[in-house]
Amino acid sequence: MVKLNGRLKAASVLLLLFIIVGVIMPRFAPYDPRSWNTVPRNLQPSQAHLLGTTSLGQDTFWLLTFAVQNSLFVGVVVAFFATAVGVLAGLIGGFVGGWIDRVLTLLMDVFISVPSLPILILVASLLQGKTSLLTISLVLIVFNWPWPARQVRSIALSMREREFINTARFSGAGTLSIIVREIFPYVLTWSLANFVNTVLVAIATESGLAVIGLSSVQQATLGTMIYWGLQYQALLAHRWWWIGTPVIAVVLLFVALFLASTGFADFSAERRGRQRA
Amino acid sequence: MLKLRDVKAYYETPRAVVKAVDGVTLDVRENEILGIAGESGCGKSTLLRALYDSLEPPLKIVGGKVEAEMKDDNGQTVTLGPGEIRKHWWTFISYIPQGSMSVLNPVVRIEKQFFDAISRKHRLTNKREIRERIGSYLKELQLPVEVLNSYPHQLSGGMRQRVLVALGTFLHPQIVLADEPTTALDVVIQKGILLMLAQVQERMKNSLVIVSHDIGVHYQITHRIAIMYNGKIVEIGPTEPVFAKPLHPYTEMLIQSLPHVGDHKHREGIVGRPPSLIDPPPGCRFAARCPFVMDICREEMPSLLEVEADHFVACYLHREPFRARKGVG
Amino acid sequence: MSDLLLEIKDVTKVFRIGGVLLGTEFLAVDHVSLSLDRQKPSILSIVGESGSGKTTLARIILKLHEPTSGDVLLEGKSVFGSHPDLDTLAYYRAVQPIFQNPFETFSMRKHVDSYLYDTALNLKIARDRKEARDIIAEALSSVGLDINGVAGKYPNQFSGGELQRISVARGLIPRPKLIVADEPVSMIDASLRMNIINMFLSLKDEYNVSFIYITHDLSTAYYVSDYVAIMYRGNVVEYGSSDRILTNPIHPYTELLLNSVPTGGKKWARDLKPPDIELKGYQNTACKFANRCPFVQPVCRLNKPPLVQIPGEREVLCFKPVDYELGPTTLRQDPEAETGSAGEVKLCANNRPAGGEDESLF
Repeated sequence: MVKLNGRLKAASVLLLLFIIVGVIMPRFAPYDPRSWNTVPRNLQPSQAHLLGTTSLGQDTFWLLTFAVQNSLFVGVVVAFFATAVGVLAGLIGGFVGGWIDRVLTLLMDVFISVPSLPILILVASLLQGKTSLLTISLVLIVFNWPWPARQVRSIALSMREREFINTARFSGAGTLSIIVREIFPYVLTWSLANFVNTVLVAIATESGLAVIGLSSVQQATLGTMIYWGLQYQALLAHRWWWIGTPVIAVVLLFVALFLASTGFADFSAERRGRQRA
Repeated sequence: MLKLRDVKAYYETPRAVVKAVDGVTLDVRENEILGIAGESGCGKSTLLRALYDSLEPPLKIVGGKVEAEMKDDNGQTVTLGPGEIRKHWWTFISYIPQGSMSVLNPVVRIEKQFFDAISRKHRLTNKREIRERIGSYLKELQLPVEVLNSYPHQLSGGMRQRVLVALGTFLHPQIVLADEPTTALDVVIQKGILLMLAQVQERMKNSLVIVSHDIGVHYQITHRIAIMYNGKIVEIGPTEPVFAKPLHPYTEMLIQSLPHVGDHKHREGIVGRPPSLIDPPPGCRFAARCPFVMDICREEMPSLLEVEADHFVACYLHREPFRARKGVG
Repeated sequence: MSDLLLEIKDVTKVFRIGGVLLGTEFLAVDHVSLSLDRQKPSILSIVGESGSGKTTLARIILKLHEPTSGDVLLEGKSVFGSHPDLDTLAYYRAVQPIFQNPFETFSMRKHVDSYLYDTALNLKIARDRKEARDIIAEALSSVGLDINGVAGKYPNQFSGGELQRISVARGLIPRPKLIVADEPVSMIDASLRMNIINMFLSLKDEYNVSFIYITHDLSTAYYVSDYVAIMYRGNVVEYGSSDRILTNPIHPYTELLLNSVPTGGKKWARDLKPPDIELKGYQNTACKFANRCPFVQPVCRLNKPPLVQIPGEREVLCFKPVDYELGPTTLRQDPEAETGSAGEVKLCANNRPAGGEDESLF
């Protein structure tokens, strides 16, 4: 078994917690926590309502589980597709070169320079409240694939000239085989790091949008919880459990992802150091 | 000038101790060019660092004595040990490393690099005077003065190496150490640099130590040569006798393995690999590859003995009662 | 079928450094023609220093670069024409490389033998892994290695010499006709080089394979090759049998190289001649060696030197053997001939063969 360093251990614990809360627990929800007025409003935490209730008559705890689930869903979906598309584009552009590379690089540059937030706001306002998490995820994928793509492209580009690529050619390997078997292993660690980062970016963006009301306010995410809290003056009314829960959850989630990302970077650097010996 | 007595310099890492220099006794004499030859991994670069008093953890001297005899400004002889030698870098002893690009600062012009090296030592604050002195020294070495205004990357590899030689000898140190000064350079340029080093030594009458794995280089310019194998010196003596009649089987095989133009004699490379520096065997390190190996070779390490005039070898074949076995070298 | 195994026909390679608008051109290979005979396997050394173009030429032969002009013919079939007659797999079955750095030849993250299996299977030498294993074991044993010592290991578990042998073994699997070795022993300790070099000689006979040996080391070139081509800044300045060229050089650069090799034989004269300082420019309108040549004459700085054919399969790109005269009518004997064997020297003006003659050299 591999030895994980301190950060990765801490990150694993936290992320496990979130997975339990966000993936497993929602199945046990006794009622749909999104519906308003299912429970009495503004209750303090008790055995029946572990984190109290909101001004809209929702159980905060169960709402949290759904919110975490949706936030994680957005994060993972966006990260998965953005990384997949990005890595593919980077590998092809960097290794094959030529006009394909020029087209892909142009696309990468376009989507990096265009700021995503105004576009998202534009999309949200065009859809006039019919924004769904799916729409947001799609837009986020489109704006996030260039980052892994650029990184992978430069790795693929630098590897093109390495001698063992020529050895692979003279061993009869085709371009696809070379990309997958020779280059991809080098790119793998970067891809994983990019994946974790993109999860963080996606959740952050979506939460940011939600807080200003541009996300799908019908669906529960950590951001929309904050949004609704703000809408109902939770801060002014000192309803700490309602507004505090999603805020702390978001912070903890980001910390966990950050620890995972840097911990993994340390881990792979150490492994590479040992491999070189 | 520099005396090493049974020096042991090891790399002490958590996983293993690498015995790079394992009991070396050596003198660097005045007015000579001493060559240290050996294959890669034999410890010659480490030995040079021990001579230069440039040891940083995990490398440390764990045994033996390193002593330098320096003539100070008054002409008196001062004895220096490790820790003290380094205070006289550039002025008493200098080091010309291999890999010129990694040693020169890539964003600083050559002239400034000279200044940086020199001004601290000589406390000359008059820039013009320094520039003149450097200029005239470069002319002595037949280097174009334009070199001073260039950045390292604007110069060819050969030119950079020449600049390093100039830098290392400008303050007329009594000892110059050159670590593979010509590796990775073209053969024509290599000759130029080697001749340059030899000429500088001839003029300054100081000591030059050259480390190289290329035996031909040693033959051409060294006065004395030391053959190093697996952390130990196995033969040392004046260059021509060592080449004409190598005493140690390793030396012989080394010389034998190099082809010459004009000579179609069949040559063989040395078979096998040297033993690990972490766990060297008892006895002679070369035993596993030696065609003349005897039982005693595997049990006990032979020490360096003077067999002919100033010609030392660490091999049982040159001791009684084993002499007869080898026959003619 | 042509009776030449390999023909390098007037190959030129120009590199563009910098952008399309402001870049400069760099002439790496300048109208080089060489060939290898088909009947007997032979070893041709291409000797030169850095900047000579020998590595670029090697990479063109290996199809890793495309020539700017000219062509390479393998057994008469064009490699680079607009409709090349050879498909890539057929080419790889006939030509295999050995690279300079054994540690870069294989990916550190893969087992070394995976390349061997790939070669055997992709180039259709073996039908399945079982058959491949036998072929690989045979190739490894002909380089002195046992397959059990190689299987399942990573490159960093071997020494440079062992990796280089594995590299050779991999190249031998398709039973190629030509192996192009680009400085195969420069990164190996001097005392261990002969192991690999001797291996080339025995493989030449055992596998009936020719070698092109790219090197800067004249001594090993002399030892191993049948023919030598000396390259200087993109041109072949001297070509011929290695014995004759290296013991009786005609071109001043060849002489300079020979005098610069530090051998254990003759000692250098300790003269104070200034070291050769190279100019940055690579002129193309005259002899490129003019600035460093001890025999230079005015004509050398104004005209491109002629390709002088010398009796006994020899060529020199120089004005010296024709007494610095221009024009196609001068006849001479071999300037370095030991006996007075009457030979005719055909002069080809301006580095190109005269008229419509077949310019394949030997």
